[in-house]
Amino acid sequence: MDRIPILKLGDALLVTIQVDMHDRLATALEEDLTSKIVAFGAKGVLIDISALEIVDSFIGRMLDNIAAVSRILDAETVVVGMRPAVAITLVELGLSLSGVKTALNVERGMALIKSRLEEFDADDED
Amino acid sequence: MAANETTTLAALVGDNEKQIVPEWLELQKRAGVLQTGRITEAELASQSTDFLHLLRTGLATGGLDISNAAYTPAREFLGNLSRSRALQGFSPTETATFVFSLKQPLFNLLNRDKSIAPADAAKITWAVTTLLDGLGLLTFDMFQKSREEVILRQQREITELSTPVVKLWQGVLALPVIGTLDSERTQVVMENLLQHIVDEGAEIAIIDITGVPTVDTLTAQHLLKTVSAARLMGADCIISGIRPQIAQTIVHLGVDLNVISKATLADAFALALRRTNRAVVKLKSARTDNAKPKAPAEGGE
Repeated sequence: MDRIPILKLGDALLVTIQVDMHDRLATALEEDLTSKIVAFGAKGVLIDISALEIVDSFIGRMLDNIAAVSRILDAETVVVGMRPAVAITLVELGLSLSGVKTALNVERGMALIKSRLEEFDADDED
Repeated sequence: MAANETTTLAALVGDNEKQIVPEWLELQKRAGVLQTGRITEAELASQSTDFLHLLRTGLATGGLDISNAAYTPAREFLGNLSRSRALQGFSPTETATFVFSLKQPLFNLLNRDKSIAPADAAKITWAVTTLLDGLGLLTFDMFQKSREEVILRQQREITELSTPVVKLWQGVLALPVIGTLDSERTQVVMENLLQHIVDEGAEIAIIDITGVPTVDTLTAQHLLKTVSAARLMGADCIISGIRPQIAQTIVHLGVDLNVISKATLADAFALALRRTNRAVVKLKSARTDNAKPKAPAEGGE
């Protein structure tokens, strides 16, 4: 079965979705990501959906779930590169993904996670 | 029977064209068509003559059925006439009077013609009434249609005109909304803004609602939708230009806007600059400090 690769990038995990998501793939991703966060002790999860053209309520909920699970495991989720059409669809579906942070592209998303990691480091030093 | 009436009618109209036209024109003038000065007497005369001509052609082959192909030129003529009159600002009554005022001259003609038996005259009267009523209603239809076309076109133009996305600074966009936000416009505004966010790589979008006359629950919902969509794309939204009355309405309605809002566009812009690590600095003195960079100075990102 196809699986979406999860890359480790320092203290963050990078997921790039480049195929059309179907429900089983989404569930698999959710599970994989959860176990990887625990395994690597990741502090941030970056999900790049710039190639995703179609979203439905299920995928929207999956993003929300991933964010919620990550938060419990002390990692921050940033969704980056959402297309305008996708954003409009999600809003029309009533999914505002309030628990998810967003950024325009991977670069800015990474900066967001880095600033959080720096906060952590500062806390550790205290 | 019907054929009989129409041939008599066609012959009557054909033979007495010279008589009908002046009488018809007189009636139209009395109805006040010329008073507004939108059309000259010569124009009216040529329109009347042309139409009578087309009507006769229609009568000769098409009978009383105005949907018949023989009436096509007459229908088209009326269509053009209604359209041009609608654009010139004629009222529907004035436009329809053109056709309806033709009744009386035709009736008078029937009265004068002693060779027609009273029974036939009644039938012909009925035929004239049916025919002209049909054509009159047609002018109404065409008038209405062209007015609607005008309204539609204006609506489209307004939608296009009133949703510009302005780039205020690198990474800062402004969207001055002018006019009421309905569902259709929100859609256009939203798509426009989101596309610009992608194109410019903007981090902050300021939605200025100084030009929105009223904000009700629906408008607020539309605004929130736009804000949520921009947030999903990774851009922050600031709403500015909320007038005192509108602020009160929003609170009274119990709408929870739950977004950053500023009183003026300037305040929102200042916040946007701060968020992007930039600031507007005042030059100490224009003369002594020529070498200093111009405000606003770029900060490191």
